[in-house]
Amino acid sequence: MSNNRQILSDYVLHLADNALILGQRNSEWCGHGPVLEQDIAITNISLDLIGQARSLYQYAAQLIGNGATEDRLAYLRDAREFRNCLLVELPRGDWAVTTLRQFFFSAYQMLLFQQMLHSSDTTLAAIAEKSLKEVTYHVRWSSEWVIRLGDGTEESHNRMENALADLWAFTGELFVPSDYEKSVADNGIGVDVSSLKDNWLQKVQDVFNEATLTIPTTTWFQSGGKEGIHTEHLGYLLADLQFLQRAYPGMEW
Amino acid sequence: MSIKDLEKIFLDKIEKEIKIEPKDWMPEQYRKTLIRQISQHAHSEVVGMLPEGNWITRAPTLKRKAILLAKVQDEAGHGLYLYSATETLGVSREQTINDLHSGKAKYSSIFNYPTLTWADIGAIGWLVDGAAILNQVMLCRTSYGPYARAMVRICKEESFHQRQGFEILLTLSRGTDVQKAMCQDAVNRWWWPSLMMFGPHDSESTHSEQSTQWKIKRMSNDELRQKFVDMIAEQAKILNVTLPDPELKWNPERNHYDFGEINWEEFWNVVKGNGPCNKQRLDARRKAWQEGEWVRQAAAVHAEKRKARETQQVA
Repeated sequence: MSNNRQILSDYVLHLADNALILGQRNSEWCGHGPVLEQDIAITNISLDLIGQARSLYQYAAQLIGNGATEDRLAYLRDAREFRNCLLVELPRGDWAVTTLRQFFFSAYQMLLFQQMLHSSDTTLAAIAEKSLKEVTYHVRWSSEWVIRLGDGTEESHNRMENALADLWAFTGELFVPSDYEKSVADNGIGVDVSSLKDNWLQKVQDVFNEATLTIPTTTWFQSGGKEGIHTEHLGYLLADLQFLQRAYPGMEW
Repeated sequence: MSIKDLEKIFLDKIEKEIKIEPKDWMPEQYRKTLIRQISQHAHSEVVGMLPEGNWITRAPTLKRKAILLAKVQDEAGHGLYLYSATETLGVSREQTINDLHSGKAKYSSIFNYPTLTWADIGAIGWLVDGAAILNQVMLCRTSYGPYARAMVRICKEESFHQRQGFEILLTLSRGTDVQKAMCQDAVNRWWWPSLMMFGPHDSESTHSEQSTQWKIKRMSNDELRQKFVDMIAEQAKILNVTLPDPELKWNPERNHYDFGEINWEEFWNVVKGNGPCNKQRLDARRKAWQEGEWVRQAAAVHAEKRKARETQQVA
């Protein structure tokens, strides 16, 4: 594989892993949501994310060749090879953590895909276009929940603040480009994520104003996921996700 | 109008296959029977999400994961239609759900069995949804309008569910020896509980006679069960699995399959709460509801705040 191709496939895997891992996390809610309508909504978002992951893995598999498939990429890589941001692998927590994380991530994804529409890579541009419709809904749904819970009862407000304390340190990583992100951004294929941060902060500020929440002043952010240095949570998530393919290798399902 | 006249109008409608609608007069017992049956059906959809949900995070491929998620999500949707149908009879969703959580209302016993392997997801689709469809197809013609209409929508989705279950098993049955064994094992465990889904024998069924007269129910438990056995026995050949009943045999005189007797002791035991997962299922539903309490409350309080602000702005 040429160097450029390698970098592109790393990038596509990073995008795919983000979508898969968050889709997997959200799917844990299925059957356990706070009310039936929201059980359906979070499952829907999970489905959208897994759909995005599939398109991206299929593309990555094509770039990698050598018998790679979407399932091999999702099921047979170990934690160190996953390139998702730490934010998406954190446990689902309560409804405050789930909706706030979704809001942070979807707001980022929306800005990302809006830029990716102009990618010189037509496959990525097409995936961005398709995903944008879904992500626009995810942003609306999650920001409504952040507002509702932030400006709801005392308990819901406290829970939102706790969620914010848990999650904030993991948002910085979204906007610090890894080497492969820098390379594809320079080539006009990928998006320079550092350029998204101001707009993202503005969006968060707007929603937080309504939600009566305050953006933390902490400036230290966790990172490492993009290079495969993860939290301890990812291993367990993958143990679940990959169980059948690991226990019964090489079979058709 | 006297009760007698009202009753006559009601029975005439039933006779002429005119649907009974929420605002029509209906005998109190008809209403009660429907509330019991539809809410039980709604609970079955919602509790039924749990055994299958058990394999969502472990589905073996991304495609299977997506299909399973969509399927379980459909079931939540069915629960919603059915809770709405119950509401047309004058019981709130909250009340109906409380009855489930208190143990007063029942749900289909089949969901009190555990899903131990991936093949169980196939077996549930093939056998459990297959049994449910027979019942639901019949209910598309039930006499209460909102219930019948909910069933029409549900049936469309259920047939997709059964196909995907069959397809999971078909893939396993064409796979390795380990997969074939996994498939057979799941069929062994789900076969009898699926037959139990049709309920007691007609002679033992307490609600059946009146329900048939009111055309809530249009086929008997035993008729539906026979139909199911005839259908599944044929499909089992394609899957190359054996159904765990030595007495299962085609009877050319009856033009039906003969089959063995259900273990009714097990049946009543599970109904009474002693199935392998009765407690876990109900606990899981209660837990989700209790943990969601603060969320529902916050949503209600926020909606009120918003409304108050809007009124203020208008003023």
